[in-house]
Amino acid sequence: MDLEKFKVHGEPLIYGAMISIALATIGIIVGLTYFKKWGYLWREWLTTVDHKRIGVMYIIAALLMLFRGGVDALMMRLQTAAPEMKFLDAQHYNEVFTTHGLIMILFMAMPFIIGLMNVIIPLQIGARDVAFPRLNAISFWLFFMGAMLLNISFVVGGSPDAGWSAYFPLASIEFSPTVGNNYYSLALQISGIGTLMTGVNFIVTILKMRAPGMTLMKMPMFTWSVLITNIIIVFAFPVLTVALALMMFDRLFGSQFFTMANGGMDMLWANLFWVWGHPEVYIVILPAFGIYSEIIATFSKKNLYGYTSMVFSMVIISLLSFLVWAHHFYTMGQGVMVNSFFSITTMAIAVPTGVKIFNWLFTLRKGRISFTTPMLYTLAFIPIFTIGGVTGVMLAMASADYQYHNTMFLVAHFHYVLIPGAVFAVIAGFHYWFPKVFGFRLNDRIGKHAFWWIAISFNVTFFPMFFLGLMGMTRRMYTYSEESGFGPLNMLSFAGALGLAIGFVILVYNIYWSTRYAPRDTNGDPWDGRTLEWATHSPIPAYNFAVIPKVNSRDPYWESKQKNTPLYEDKITKIHLPNNTGKPFILGVIFFFLGFFLVFSMWIPAIVAGVGIIIMLAVMSFERDHGFYISAEEVAATEKKLRGETV
Amino acid sequence: MKIDASKPLEYSTEENSNKIFGFWVFLGAEIPLFATLFTVYFVMVNRFADGPSGAELFEIGPVLWETLLLLTSSFTIGLAVHAMRLGNKKATLVFMGITLLMGLAFVGIEIDEFFTYVHEGATLQTSGFLSSLFVLLGTHGAHVSFGFLWGVAIMIQLWREGISPATANKTFIFSLFWHFLDVVWIFIFSFVYLKGLM
Repeated sequence: MDLEKFKVHGEPLIYGAMISIALATIGIIVGLTYFKKWGYLWREWLTTVDHKRIGVMYIIAALLMLFRGGVDALMMRLQTAAPEMKFLDAQHYNEVFTTHGLIMILFMAMPFIIGLMNVIIPLQIGARDVAFPRLNAISFWLFFMGAMLLNISFVVGGSPDAGWSAYFPLASIEFSPTVGNNYYSLALQISGIGTLMTGVNFIVTILKMRAPGMTLMKMPMFTWSVLITNIIIVFAFPVLTVALALMMFDRLFGSQFFTMANGGMDMLWANLFWVWGHPEVYIVILPAFGIYSEIIATFSKKNLYGYTSMVFSMVIISLLSFLVWAHHFYTMGQGVMVNSFFSITTMAIAVPTGVKIFNWLFTLRKGRISFTTPMLYTLAFIPIFTIGGVTGVMLAMASADYQYHNTMFLVAHFHYVLIPGAVFAVIAGFHYWFPKVFGFRLNDRIGKHAFWWIAISFNVTFFPMFFLGLMGMTRRMYTYSEESGFGPLNMLSFAGALGLAIGFVILVYNIYWSTRYAPRDTNGDPWDGRTLEWATHSPIPAYNFAVIPKVNSRDPYWESKQKNTPLYEDKITKIHLPNNTGKPFILGVIFFFLGFFLVFSMWIPAIVAGVGIIIMLAVMSFERDHGFYISAEEVAATEKKLRGETV
Repeated sequence: MKIDASKPLEYSTEENSNKIFGFWVFLGAEIPLFATLFTVYFVMVNRFADGPSGAELFEIGPVLWETLLLLTSSFTIGLAVHAMRLGNKKATLVFMGITLLMGLAFVGIEIDEFFTYVHEGATLQTSGFLSSLFVLLGTHGAHVSFGFLWGVAIMIQLWREGISPATANKTFIFSLFWHFLDVVWIFIFSFVYLKGLM
């Protein structure tokens, strides 16, 4: 076999990365063996089907990917900090901005949101788990293995280098001859299948497993946003599935979908990619809107203003999200009529989004606001996101877009939308729900330090890019001349990036500090919450609720606290739970190998892995696993213990 | 497991009825999947490059056989579910067996057709039109082939444990899948073959 194709040459940075990966792996293996934690890892985490643990694993993976994507971002900012920098060469720079985009959207923002969704949704609707716990584990492992496959690309064979949107013909085998874009098509495919399964799972969970009395219009806003998001996932991800499959056929089997000759059509890729890609933006933004709605209501001590209009604006956004994709390529010559259509639909999205902004502001009005860390992120989100939104309307005007297209102005715009829209939201949600999962709050003082570093540095990093774009600096250029005059603003942007890095380090330090020193929470309701997730203990028992609550308002737990009415009316009975299983993990591992072998066109091993997958599916089909019961006495004893009473 | 006797066996537990609803949602995702493949085909349909056009390539004979087999198999899987509801295990197995054999024959004819095309020089690499044709038909064919393996696994379980809430549920979900493949084929038959032959 030709071993040359696995190697990546000539970059001291990559050799450094290889060594650090090797050391980290050895460290983890030695550590697990030394502390005898292999069994614990396997029993409690790798085989779990518990939605809370799966959610935590999603979030840990997302934080690791945030670190990886963040290092990519720092490398890019350093390379462009001054004219004619020699830190990265053009090829390496291409790979870095490609993986930065892919990782931050698909392996950081999405899993972070899906992680919060996993932890919180069953609790908010008063359920004991998701509809299909095993499928949930399969979803996680497919996502995780897809992420790993993309991450090994930069030390084994080379990373994708044609941008996260991988436009053809640039991404074709002719212009991108390394295996990088094979990794792209397969890693995204594997994790995309996982995401699609998550979509199915959560639609069924939310529509069929709500506590008695919780009608659709009594669901918490986060649950609503997640329901709509998952409907978008189910309709948008199959388009990505097809687009990636066609890309794989073009690159591995020489088909003619996106080629420049033999009847291929490169613009077909751009259309398919963005038919998925634009709804994808709303897949990460809508749950963020849901998180903010929960946080604003809780910390203003008021019910959410304009609940019905909030729901309808999200429904309208989800419909419009499928009708705007061509605004990503106004300049690629589809004519005035088409551009006008997409221009109008794009601007129309500002209307329901504006409705939401005003609803949040009216919720704050006359509220008893407490400025906790999650609330600070939420309050910062509103003005910063509005700047992102307004520049979005500027870009939406097709004729004006000829000026901004593919400049740093665009880069500034989407970071102004996605960082406050998605990243601030997941950090806010992380702080907000952290005590629910782990039973103690993150320190507020350290949290606020991190917040100010992140919020200010974010603006220092990205605001100069608006001006750089207007000055004519295009995106994805790896260096520039001194005469261009781009130097000072880029240096400022680099300084901001360093500040962001400091902010995130403080955030991680806060997790460490709080784990050691923060006071433990006793009643499961540290923020004086409104929705059902606060009505159970922290940390949450495996069965979530000893008795399924009865709901008769939009803020059931708040109502029960205010009016002193009981949430739980039934007696404790035995509780049914699913058994743990290692099969989803094994299935994920086989998928990883299938992907890897296909990337390197190793057909025989790939066929073996494919047969392995079919065998695993058959084994799972033949298995009869009826789960197990926790007896009523045991539940009662656990409840007493969690309430701090002696058993 | 709580069993609700007022509902058909395949819906009788909460888990079972969730699985059926979940599969409907999954079929909801299959619709945009095939819709995208059809869109790609319609974009590519006149991009022959140096290769043959649909009119030159397609033969109505094998396609009619494929249609006949798949449509009839959709009828027999309906009979299998009917027999299952009556509690007749043997009839269920027989009708499922007939369904799967017809599915297998369908895949056989399709593979033969692909070989014929390639033999005439019409390969995946020849033109945009042929790439989209092969991938559209191939995705449908792969679904039928996967359905065959899945159906065999369900038949073994039915044979071993009889008609239980679990096996009834699986059989019913399989029938939904099979009907869906039939619907997709009707679109392929009408808009790929009949339109292409015109």
